[in-house]
Amino acid sequence: MRRFCWIALATVLAGCVPVDESENVVPAGESSARVFVDRGGSDDSPEGGYGYGRPATEAEIAAWDIDVGPDGAGLPAGSATVEDGLEFYAAKCAVCHGADGTGGPNDVLAGRLPGDAFPFANEAVRSTVGNYWPYATTLFDYIRRAMPFDAPGSLTDAEVYASVAAVLHLNDLVPAGAVVDAQTIANLRMPSRDRFVRDDRTGGPTIR
Amino acid sequence: MADDSISRRSLIAGAAAAAGSAITASVLKGAETAGVAQDAIDPTKVPGDRPQVLGSRSPHETPEKLVSGSVGGVTRTPLQDLYGTITPADLHFERHHHGIPRVDPDAYRLLIHGMVDRPMVFTLDEIRRFPSVTRTYFLECSGNGGAGYTESPRPDMSPQQLDGLLSGSEWTGVPVKTLFAEVGVHDAASWFLAEGSDAAVMSRSIPVEKAWDDALIAYAQNGEAIRPEQGYPARLLLPGWEGNANVKWIRRLELSDRPFMTRDETSRYTDPLADGTARIFSFEIDAKSLITYPAHPVRLESPGHVGITGYAWTGRGRIEQVEISVDGGATWADAQLQTPVLPKALTRFSYEWEWDGDPAHLMSRAVDETGYVQPTVAQMQAARGPRSRYHYNTIRGWRVESDGSIGFATV
Repeated sequence: MRRFCWIALATVLAGCVPVDESENVVPAGESSARVFVDRGGSDDSPEGGYGYGRPATEAEIAAWDIDVGPDGAGLPAGSATVEDGLEFYAAKCAVCHGADGTGGPNDVLAGRLPGDAFPFANEAVRSTVGNYWPYATTLFDYIRRAMPFDAPGSLTDAEVYASVAAVLHLNDLVPAGAVVDAQTIANLRMPSRDRFVRDDRTGGPTIR
Repeated sequence: MADDSISRRSLIAGAAAAAGSAITASVLKGAETAGVAQDAIDPTKVPGDRPQVLGSRSPHETPEKLVSGSVGGVTRTPLQDLYGTITPADLHFERHHHGIPRVDPDAYRLLIHGMVDRPMVFTLDEIRRFPSVTRTYFLECSGNGGAGYTESPRPDMSPQQLDGLLSGSEWTGVPVKTLFAEVGVHDAASWFLAEGSDAAVMSRSIPVEKAWDDALIAYAQNGEAIRPEQGYPARLLLPGWEGNANVKWIRRLELSDRPFMTRDETSRYTDPLADGTARIFSFEIDAKSLITYPAHPVRLESPGHVGITGYAWTGRGRIEQVEISVDGGATWADAQLQTPVLPKALTRFSYEWEWDGDPAHLMSRAVDETGYVQPTVAQMQAARGPRSRYHYNTIRGWRVESDGSIGFATV
């Protein structure tokens, strides 16, 4: 029934009725708002399956299971101070993102907007971690996967924490002297956390 | 056997040396006027070329992708050079987030774990042994066509430059639901993470319902193994959904009861709206169409018949109708749709037009089976805001000048 509730909400939104933004936020743990043909969960597979594949070992899963969830699930042990972070950032990150996170040649990382406004559909404003990203956990997840660009996936967990500490500090999200660890990242409420809403496009005659 | 030793090249050389000879004249039809001896050979008078282990295009046909960026770059499909609804695999668009990985098919593994009864690993050979399906679908990057989402777009854009992050293929693979049945997905699982084995370890959260619907782990494209740049040896294929979520080089599916909020579904591929919010998980591609002929930089040589043609597509099912306007949207007439019209696939449309030589403004407008009508830029900007990002499916237009030149012009 939850799904139908979301469809109803989408209808309200389409009518441009002001709604409480907190109701509009995508809650973790919800299913999607989409309507699918329910073809059942078992396909036409025979009883007991086709028998291909083998059980995954704990070690195989651990080696690849690198994702960090928005609730902090998957964050490893470890921490870094902002100062450790800035030192690491200067050595490894600044060459692509600028000394203070606002340079190039790659993505602009740092910058907040007055009042943490969210004018991206109306004005040509660069999005940054501080003014756009809804979850700090994404920062850890992405840096661990993909950074630095010339040696992706090479950072130790401590170095990832250091990078995260630096980027958060450059966005005025953690103060000088702070220690950034799993707790900090999971609990940090990013400025744009509540800006993200479900896709209310459903087909049909209304342009959304 | 003297005749057999006479190659095409020696005939051409001979022709150049002995112009006027009766024999040469019969072989070289019109060489003097054409000025290109090789083109002028009468193919009925010389032995043809030998067959080869791999075919190749005619040297006269040179469609190419348009490449920009490097390892994080894109290639765009030459839409204006293609026919029908299938994109040759070597011309399929690309969008990479950290280059094209080299994946050894013998070492390849797909891991499915998380909220499942039996976490399992499948080899490529095993994936190929499951019952397979073959279906035709379009793929489009949701960032495609952003240069058209403005009131004053550049006129000197070709279909490829504007909307080349669009392609259509016949895909073969195993339904994800078959694999999910194999591992025993928990009823409480509502999302799964799809993760690639590129250097970005690109990952997206996908609602599990898409797996029960029509998602595939695809390993073949247009009758052959998927090419490296398209995700070799296997990729996720989510029919009708934005390209980025169709994770290439797929190596892991993790079932969960919530989305993972990865970088590419939060900081990217979210759609800002005028009210200070942004849509997240905006997967479906809405109905869109594009005239690919006549279009910039083509120049119409003279008034008369012009066969207008292009593509229409929708992630919500079938294209129901495509309308054409030659007067900037004042009046519309139905185009012909090439049949069969397949759901979530490119649909070829055509419209026979008599150009009278006056300036004209060509537009196409798609309607899908849900009743959705491809909107104007003004309608879309009113609904989302002038700087909204992604899902740029507004009406496209081409202005034809009286000298036959054509420029992109939507409004």
